[in-house]
Formats: sequence, structure tokens, C-alpha cells
Amino acid sequence: MKYLPLVLSSLSRKKLRTLFTLLSIFIAFLLFGYLAAIKAAFTSGVEVAGVDRLIMTDKITIINLLPYAYKNRILATEGVDAAVQSTWFGGYYQQPRNTFAQFPVVAEEYLEIYPEIVLPDEQRRAWLEDRGSAIIGRALATRFDWQVGDRVPILSPLWRNKDGKNIWEFDIAGIFDAGKEGFDTSGMLFHHEFFRQGRAFGEGLVGWYIIRVTDPDQSEDVARRLDGQFANSSNETRTVPEKAFMQGFLNQIGNIGAIFSAIIGVVVFTLLLITGNTVAQSVRERTSELAVMSILGFSRLRLLSLVFIESFFLAIVGGGLGLLVAQLLVESGGDPTNGFLPAFFIPGEALWAGVFLVLGVGLISGAFPASRALRMQHVDALRRAA
Amino acid sequence: MALVEVKKLSKEYKRGVETVHVLRDLDAAIPEGDFLALMGPSGSGKSTLLNLIGGIDKPSSGTIDVGGQRIDNMPERKLTQWRAQHVGFVFQLYHLMPMLTAARNVELPLLLTGLSRSERKQRVAAALALVGLSDRAGHKPKELSGGQEQRVGIARAIVSDPSLLLCDEPTGDLDRKAGDEILDLLDGLNKEHNKTVVMVTHDPHAAARAKRTLYLNDGLLGTEPEA
Ligand SMILES: Nc1ncnc2c1ncn2[C@@H]1O[C@H](COP(=O)(O)OP(=O)(O)OP(=O)(O)O)[C@@H](O)[C@H]1O
Ligand SMILES: [Mg+2]
Repeated sequence: MKYLPLVLSSLSRKKLRTLFTLLSIFIAFLLFGYLAAIKAAFTSGVEVAGVDRLIMTDKITIINLLPYAYKNRILATEGVDAAVQSTWFGGYYQQPRNTFAQFPVVAEEYLEIYPEIVLPDEQRRAWLEDRGSAIIGRALATRFDWQVGDRVPILSPLWRNKDGKNIWEFDIAGIFDAGKEGFDTSGMLFHHEFFRQGRAFGEGLVGWYIIRVTDPDQSEDVARRLDGQFANSSNETRTVPEKAFMQGFLNQIGNIGAIFSAIIGVVVFTLLLITGNTVAQSVRERTSELAVMSILGFSRLRLLSLVFIESFFLAIVGGGLGLLVAQLLVESGGDPTNGFLPAFFIPGEALWAGVFLVLGVGLISGAFPASRALRMQHVDALRRAA
Repeated sequence: MALVEVKKLSKEYKRGVETVHVLRDLDAAIPEGDFLALMGPSGSGKSTLLNLIGGIDKPSSGTIDVGGQRIDNMPERKLTQWRAQHVGFVFQLYHLMPMLTAARNVELPLLLTGLSRSERKQRVAAALALVGLSDRAGHKPKELSGGQEQRVGIARAIVSDPSLLLCDEPTGDLDRKAGDEILDLLDGLNKEHNKTVVMVTHDPHAAARAKRTLYLNDGLLGTEPEA
């Protein structure tokens, strides 16, 4: 504590420089937090995928539909606990740019297989009772400013209804939240029965099945067993864990995770250069002062820690504030796309990574000047100063 | 028994292929309570000798004994501690920390001791009073005159009460009046506080204030200006 005035005084020597450095570190970590949240928005589907869930699609492509008749055979398969069908509705609201995910499902079954869906009891009851109603995720509700009780028209280019139109109308019965951080709330769920009776074609067909297994450790065996059953039929299947399914989906838009990691890497590297340079410069300017302190009896170790305290101070104040503000902004509904992203939050691991990075910046940016202080010769340092 | 005893002290620098012998087999003894002026032409090695005695430089050969302790072969860590306890340095260019107030500058050596905050404050106040700068405790170096800066430098050198004061041209950057005040201070420290003072100087007027003067020439010490 008694060294505090020393450290503060060396930081206040070039106030503007210290301020700029703090600002760059602050901005870099603000960005880090934000990018981590955006990355999470894309990849959290993979992270939060249920270990006990399998997805069964057509063997060749998810676009090919599967027979509804498979459902009973799936349920009868050893190791299967529950199953629900879902289908790609592919609609949008008013204009094509307002595309989002809608799935016709069997409400009771789907809610059971996805305990992550958090829905108030009366909204749940309302949805189950009204076959023409739908529930929407929180992010979607925010995106279009929809409320419970609204009636919304959705246009599906894929599915014509029996009136010969592609417009389907839904009453919003509830808004669900994510029971687990990162769970997708950007979509809409409605009743399979409503869909089945309303559609002009496709009788007896569904998009895919979501299957819950009794024992997650056995899921590979169960998947093999399921696909084996339908092998050599006209609709062969491919059953994979939900995580792999999500990953495959993500891979179609490129390796988002790697792209964001690269951006984050560049930001942090630049930051290291900036901080390192500041500390190095300030130590270089103070070589003679460090020499004098050493002559007065300050050990090399003490001088070293003074240098590190300085670099850590910059990193922790700038970086800590950056992370904190990022977290506050993201938490207070800072989704920059206003609901387009399925989820928006800074994952815990990213925050920890941020904290470690802050410490890393302090350590590495202090290392060079510290080693300089360590090697300094008194006499030379004074001579140069004179 | 001398406070400082130097035997067969040599210091040389290698500059490319050529070797510069700054000090050659130099012998010297400085008794306790001495006020010694060290003179000699520029480049003769006065600063080098002072730095060796103060343990901030290492000899090429020979022994240095200060207060009964060999410091020429002391490991760096021990030497650093030793300096803090036994020697006070006064520099020509003061070498104060520009961002710290006079009081904080004087306090620096005390940070290495186990003294409490209030004890440190008390000692700092006493040292500043001794050099007549009590009213400038809160000033930064750039708000002080050269003579005042040097007095802060002296206060810093004596605050931890070392027995040996090493001054390298302490008046070299000051005018006559300010220089005289510094010399008065050193004189008082020597006479009233029993500090042993070694002072490098180019100024015969300053040297005259010392108890005796030695001349460094061609790597050797003598009592006459020209060897
Ligand atoms: N690191 C070094 N490398 C090479 N030569 C050095 C080094 N340090 C000092 N010298 C040489 O040692 C000699 C003595 O230097 P020193 O500083 O002790 O002289 P001085 O008597 O204090 O001179 P001045 O009166 O100008 O201060 C000089 O010739 C100087 O060039
Ligand atoms: Mg000199």
C-alpha cells in the first residue's frame, strides 16, 4: 500500500498517454465482450443442445419429409423415451426480410422434451386449449413488438392452406423465456394438428423427429438402432445427437466460431502492443529513476513489482471496466439486431477468458520493461541520464 | 580503525580491443568522521571510485572494506540492503523523482524499512527541518530552485541515518551562494551529526571546506594536485 503513491505518480506523469492507454484497453475489452456475445448467439445452439435428445431427418437431406407413420415405430424402439415431430414452416411476417423460424409441433410432447422452454402456467394452458394459437420466444416478441393476444399473419412460401392461400394466421397465446442461458427464443411454435388440417398437401408427412433417449450414454446405440429400422425403406433416416445436428447447421454458414475467435485474437494482440508500448515507454523514460531507486536500496524484485503493478493497474482498470460495461450493455437488452439473434448474452466461460486476458495483458505488457529494469546497470543508467 | 579501507583497487573498462585502466592498485583509508574532498581532472575516475565505495559498481580487482564489511564480493541482493542501511548518496543532478513531492522523495528510503506511516512522517519532517525546507514539503522538484532540490537530495540521503555520505559534485550545478549553503549543510552533518563525508568536486573553494583533499591522477591517489 505504501508504494501506491509511487505507482500513481508514474502513471500520472503523462496523464494523456495513460488515459489513452486506459481507453484503448477499455474499448478492446468492451469489444471482446460484445463479440463474445455475438459469437455465443451463433454457437450457443450447439452449446445448450440437450445431451438426451436426438434429431432424426431424412438420410439425404432435411428437405425431404418423413412419414408420420414412423412415430409409433420410433416410440416402440428400445431406449427411446419420447418423440415429437416438427416441420420447417419457413414463413415470414409481412416481408421476406422478416423471416424467422416457425415449427408446427405437438405442444404437450414438445414442452416435455424441451424443459428449457419457460412459459407461465396460464399461457401454457391457453396455448394447449386453443389449437389455432402459437407461442413465441422472448427475442421474437421483442423483435416485432408482439404481445400476448395479438393475431399475426405469417406467409409461408412452402405451405399453401386449404383456402389456396399462403397466409396463415395465429393468435399469440404466450411468450416463452429461455430456462437455460443461450436457448433459442427467436422462433415460434404452433400446433401440428392445426398445420395438418390446414395444409393443402403433405398428408402423412412431417419434417423431422426430435427423440429423447432414456440414457444419454446409450444415445449412439439408439441412433444406430433407429436408422437400422428404416434402412432399405423408401425413406431412410439419419439420426444424430442434437449437438451434432446444430453444429452441422452452423457449419453451413461457415465456421462462425473461428471467424469471431480470429477477430477477438487480433483485437487482443493489438491491445497487447499498445499497452506494452506504453509501459515500455514509461519505463524507458524512468530508467535513471529506477537506477536511483536501486541505489537507494530498492531491490530488483521490488522495482520489478512496481513495473508490474503499473501494467496490471492499466490492464485491470481498463479491461475490467470494459468487461463490466460490456456485460451491463448486453444484459440490459443490448442485442444490436433487436431480436434477430436467437440469444444474446456473454457466456460465463467468455467472461472468465476475458478476466484471464486482462491479467495476461498486465503480465505480458509488464514483462519487457520489467526485464529491462532487471538488467539495468546503475552507473550506465545514471551516466545516460546526465 | 578506518571506516573505509580500499586495497589494491583496480577498475578497468574494455573498449573494443583496448583496455582503459581507470584505477590501478589504489590504496586508501578514510577514517570515521572524516570530511574528504576528492579532486582530479575530468575522466580521472573520481566518480568511479565513489561508486565503488558506495557499492553501486564492482571493482576489477582489489578489496573494499566499509565499516568492517567486505563489499567488493558481496552478492547484489545483500549489497542492495547494505546500501540502504549504510550509505547516503548525493548526486550532482539531484536525481529526485519528478512526480513526487519533496516529502515523498525524502520518504523513499524509509519505504524499505519497517517503520510505520507516522514514524516515517516524523523522520521525513526531521530531515526536511535539518536542511531548512520544512515549508516546502509539499512542493514538487520543478517547483524548487536547484539549491533547494539539492537540499531535498541531502535530506533523502540522511533520512535513514547512514554513517557514510557520498556526494558526487553536489555543488557542481549550483551558483556560489546556493553551493555554500550545501557545503554548510555537509559541514554541519560532518561536525554535529558525525557523518563521514566523501565529496567529489572540481571546485577548490568547495574542497577548502573539507577536512582534507586527495587528488586522483593516472589511477592513483595523492595529496598533491599533480603526481
Ligand atoms: N561504462 C564505461 N565504459 C567504458 N568506459 C567508462 C565507463 N564508465 C566510465 N568510463 C571511463 O572511465 C573513466 C573515469 O570515469 P569517471 O566518470 O569516474 O571520471 P570522473 O573523474 O568522475 O570525471 P568527471 O570529473 O568528468 O565526472 C573515464 O575515462 C570514462 O570514460
Ligand atoms: Mg564524475
